[in-house]
Amino acid sequence: MARIIVITSGKGGVGKTTTSAALAMGLAQRGKRTVVIDFDVGLRNLDLIMGCERRVVYDFINVINGEANLNQALIRDKRCDNLYVLPASQTRDKDALTKEGVEQVLVELSHNHDFIVCDSPAGIEHGATMAMYFADDAIVVTNPEVSSVRDSDRMLGILSSRSRRAENNEEPIREYLLLTRYDPLRVVNGEMLSVEDVQEILSLKLLGVVPESKAVLTSSNSGIPVILDRESDAGQAYSDMVSRYLGDEVPHRFLHPEKKGFLSRLFRG
Amino acid sequence: MGLLDYFLSSRPKGSANVAKERLQILVAHDRATRDQPSYLPQLQQEILAVIRKYVDVDMSAVSVNYEQGDSHEILELNIILPDAVHHHQA
Repeated sequence: MARIIVITSGKGGVGKTTTSAALAMGLAQRGKRTVVIDFDVGLRNLDLIMGCERRVVYDFINVINGEANLNQALIRDKRCDNLYVLPASQTRDKDALTKEGVEQVLVELSHNHDFIVCDSPAGIEHGATMAMYFADDAIVVTNPEVSSVRDSDRMLGILSSRSRRAENNEEPIREYLLLTRYDPLRVVNGEMLSVEDVQEILSLKLLGVVPESKAVLTSSNSGIPVILDRESDAGQAYSDMVSRYLGDEVPHRFLHPEKKGFLSRLFRG
Repeated sequence: MGLLDYFLSSRPKGSANVAKERLQILVAHDRATRDQPSYLPQLQQEILAVIRKYVDVDMSAVSVNYEQGDSHEILELNIILPDAVHHHQA
């Protein structure tokens, strides 16, 4: 049986797709059979971030409607054999995601995968609730910014009431916090909420802190999940995140501003 | 810590503290309303309608509070009657 992970946030633009791509690639690189599904029907983007947009033939909705089988729709990653991408439909309506259809696809994928990563759309409407409904774990992606933190808290409420686990009175979804676009220098200057602030407000287990990084844009430009950029701070932060998710104790990095020389310190500000 | 840092750190801290305080209040309020049963607003409306049959009170005079403890739930109803109570003539 596969473990189902939803990457969610409520607010848009905080890094859900970047995180989904990084997590899926990281799990696959560690030998886990992984599939990552784009739930953003009508606004498909995961294929671009994964760099497989020209190989999309059939999509998630085609499979649900019986117009293609799973093997026809799944795209095998060229960099990692354990990784498959299931793209969203770009033309259909999000209502095409039926609960029964989604469940059927997840059950079929469960047979021969270890992890299913669900890249949720922003918002709290149908696509987002479908992405989280069957989840075992949830990673709530949050920016250190008021509207993002508030929306994350709202998602936590929905996760605890409108999921299969909640409806069946099973053990609740395991919820994790991933703080992205973190700028330690601005935190030190008192301009940005700190990790501790956000954790105090949301009371979630911290899975990782990804610093604001130029590498995220440059990786997405060329369709390479940022976790593959091992030199970059964001790539390393995501790699740590995957290790922590799999149960390793890894200390958090990139929480403090880089140490600067005497001159740059003198002229700081 | 350099001399300049000493002066810099004596500056008033930035807006992050304001953000945190606002969020703490907001999130506490969001959570309190989230845990309420969904029938609460309608319950309040109907109670108000019944009271209005007998006493001339306005919308804000009735407040319904819901609290959840570990093993119990409290539904608190608070009605403020006007100073001089006028009964409707049948």
